[in-house]
Amino acid sequence: MADWYTTFANSGLGTTITKQLGLPRPAELRRHEPGQPLLPGPVVVGSAGAGRLRDTVTAVLRDAGVTVQSPVTADGATDGEKPAAVVLDATGLTGPGDLAGAHDFLAPAIKRLRASGRVLVLADPPAEATSPAQAAARQAVDGLVRSIGKELLDGSTANALFVPEGAEASLAGPLRFFLSGRSAYVDGQLLTVTAADVPENPDEVAPLAGKVAVVTGAARGIGAAIAQVLARDGAHVVAVDVPAAGDKLAEVANGIGGTALQLDITAADAPQRLVEHLRERHGGVDVVVHNAGITRDKLLVNMDATRWNTVMAVNLQAQLDITQALLDADGLLRDGARVVCVSSQSGIAGNRGQTNYAASKAGVIGMVRAWAPGFAARGATINAVAPGFIVTEMTATMPFGTREIGSRINSLQQGGLPVDVAETIAWLSQPAAAGVNGQTVRVCGQSMLGA
Amino acid sequence: MAESTTRRAAIVGGNRIPFARSGTAYAQASNQDMLTATLDGLVARFGLQGESVGEVVAGAVLKHARDFNLTREAVLGSKLAPTTPAYDVQQACGTGLEAAVLVANKIALGQIEAGIAGGVDTTSDAPLAVGDDLRRTLISLNSAKTVQDRLRALARIRPGMLAPEIPRNAEPRTGLAMGDHAAITAAEWGIGREEQDELAARSHQRMAAAYDRGFFDDLVTPFLGLARDNNLRPDSSVEKLAKLQPVFGTGEGATMTAGNSTPLTDGASAVLLASDEWARAKGLPVLAHLVDAQTAAVDYVHGGEGLLMAPVYAVPVLLARNGLTLQDFDFYEIHEAFASTVLATMKAWEDEAFCKGKLGLDAPLGAIDRARLNVNGSSLAAGHPFAATGGRIVASLAKMLHEAGPGKRGLISICAAGGQGVVAILES
Ligand SMILES: NC(=O)c1ccc[n+]([C@@H]2O[C@H](COP(=O)([O-])OP(=O)(O)OC[C@H]3O[C@@H](n4cnc5c(N)ncnc54)[C@H](O)[C@@H]3O)[C@@H](O)[C@H]2O)c1
Repeated sequence: MADWYTTFANSGLGTTITKQLGLPRPAELRRHEPGQPLLPGPVVVGSAGAGRLRDTVTAVLRDAGVTVQSPVTADGATDGEKPAAVVLDATGLTGPGDLAGAHDFLAPAIKRLRASGRVLVLADPPAEATSPAQAAARQAVDGLVRSIGKELLDGSTANALFVPEGAEASLAGPLRFFLSGRSAYVDGQLLTVTAADVPENPDEVAPLAGKVAVVTGAARGIGAAIAQVLARDGAHVVAVDVPAAGDKLAEVANGIGGTALQLDITAADAPQRLVEHLRERHGGVDVVVHNAGITRDKLLVNMDATRWNTVMAVNLQAQLDITQALLDADGLLRDGARVVCVSSQSGIAGNRGQTNYAASKAGVIGMVRAWAPGFAARGATINAVAPGFIVTEMTATMPFGTREIGSRINSLQQGGLPVDVAETIAWLSQPAAAGVNGQTVRVCGQSMLGA
Repeated sequence: MAESTTRRAAIVGGNRIPFARSGTAYAQASNQDMLTATLDGLVARFGLQGESVGEVVAGAVLKHARDFNLTREAVLGSKLAPTTPAYDVQQACGTGLEAAVLVANKIALGQIEAGIAGGVDTTSDAPLAVGDDLRRTLISLNSAKTVQDRLRALARIRPGMLAPEIPRNAEPRTGLAMGDHAAITAAEWGIGREEQDELAARSHQRMAAAYDRGFFDDLVTPFLGLARDNNLRPDSSVEKLAKLQPVFGTGEGATMTAGNSTPLTDGASAVLLASDEWARAKGLPVLAHLVDAQTAAVDYVHGGEGLLMAPVYAVPVLLARNGLTLQDFDFYEIHEAFASTVLATMKAWEDEAFCKGKLGLDAPLGAIDRARLNVNGSSLAAGHPFAATGGRIVASLAKMLHEAGPGKRGLISICAAGGQGVVAILES
């Protein structure tokens, strides 16, 4: 479901009015529906530089039943339908001169891109370059992709994947995600994959089949959407929230064939109780989503200790304590486990009145980065997801002006939906996402804040 | 032929909605609403969506005529499979525990693998009855065939017949309120005001502490905006309770107040019972087993025994059958219908003459360790929606026993209207 403005702007009258007044014209985004094809049309694949990934990309796309088109030729000739996505393999850039090839390929291809299209650029990580010229060319991809994101219309997005030498096997999962409807509100992001043993998803319709997942803060908002999407993808969900939210929590659990666990994650014995519950009821856990979070806004100079401490306790300390307890509980966190921690755009950009909240959410980003190597050693991953402006009960209470501006200052000109955050988290939870570790993925429609 | 051996039924867990004083948070909720919500909370806790359990047994003491199939209707409105059979029971305040015993017995006999026992009551949405004269007139009106017959029937209605009969918490055979009966017993056993107030204050304080340490996190699910029992007074004290005027009994000996008697309450509870195998297969815990149970009744009309004293008679029978003494328990759950009832019950078990004369024992059953009595509070704190109390106690006691470790034993004693009592033993 789109927000009211998006619906209005796409109605007959709304189209006329918004066009005449020069108002934002947010598109209705292509979102994932189980069973739908990866893309509604063909993909144009091209390269700039040596390009070592084209074969892998082509194989993944063919596997998903997607038609692969050759690049648009200089005279504008193409082999058919308008593309739903454009993939540029820019691995093997040696210096800025090679970037001309990127321009040559992208410009005519993007011109023909459909609505809700995808532009994805694959490159080598700048940090691993062997010469300044090479580093310059690789880093140039950053500015290129972010600018494309801002130029694209009609709900299309642009993202980049840095794929180091030897991490080719990690590509398939992220590639599918960025092309699919699951990444509808992920825009302007640059993600680095790492080499890993990457298992195949058991099934693309139910990639989490047989998994046990814990979601904190699942009684409403983004947490409820996460629980629903994980269950849709095949997981059994243990939905956690404070006892006072137990009736809504039960409704969520009953709606998805999951179970409700009433638990204040900041209670001293909460990690232990969660460990015992998981051991007794499920013998282990595969996916943990730390979603519960609170705000207690005040300017720093006016903030009392309670506001500071409660936000830290829920948003950061509980994530640390519970994760540590799960790691310490012998055999409980199963091989290939996935931990996803909800951060926030405020943790990246900062926000007036949110020193406590932003500090806690930035802390989450540091936490996943530090834990990533240890998780990799057990075939597991830990990542953060930083939502931008997401339309929930929480944002519904914001003043109209703040809310309307907050939701429009991004490349997609609209607020995201809880399901958008949930889809990203569900993707990071898949077996095939093994090569994404220690990363922070923003789900913000390429927000102008902190970009 | 089914196997003739029996097994002990396991208590897997429970759920209840917070209890609400009559006419407050649940004033607009029906028995069916409350029981359905309670079942759904249980379903969510144990992942029973679409599950067909062997049987759901529950009841209500105050019931509308339309609720003739209350439990089955609640099941149909819940997330349980619509193929789950259900039936209603009613044994006054013993309903909830008796329902658990019935489910446990079928599990013990291998007739079902799992079942849910529950109870619900509302005094806010209580049924109103019309007097017998009006009722007979209306029935003859309904069966009248001609217009003339109908008019004749209608003409028999007199203004005096129109006053509804509001159900009262009174004994039909004595016309006395339950509290008045309890006051007679309190006087007989010389139960003082202060010890009643102490027991009441302790019940509130202990239940509040149990909530604070999260004991009820997996026993209660909020309902209609209520997350804790709204009768609960964490700051209750003997001093505060001492200020209240007596409401039952007369003159000097009147010791029973609104503070040391349970208020009229709305609420519902449910307990999941199963065979060990069923629980294991589902990855669900076994908190305790229901070992045995006993009911008794006393002749409070002509026999000179107190209305609420039946459990005093039931317990020695249960102990003898299980080769136990009254001291062989780690926890005692004596339903606090009135503080004085709990105190009179214990006093009777300590009384040599009574135990020999009335219970036919060689020696008194003796005293129980007060530190083990109602350790997480009881009905004086939570309130007492008649049929829901048994489920509340069974689930809480099973959890306490489980937390205390294997081989722990608990005794439940519940008095009921009509001079009846239901008692049971649980063991972890
Ligand atoms: N809505 C947005 O725009 C937005 C933006 C960035 C980040 N986020 C983050 O996303 C997450 C979910 O946000 P939301 O908008 O759905 O919020 P919400 O307030 O609607 O839901 C949060 C849930 O967490 C639960 N919770 C709070 N404290 C808890 C505790 N101690 N133990 C267990 N559960 C607890 C709450 O009861 C609630 O159900 C939060 O971490 C939030 O910081 C939201």
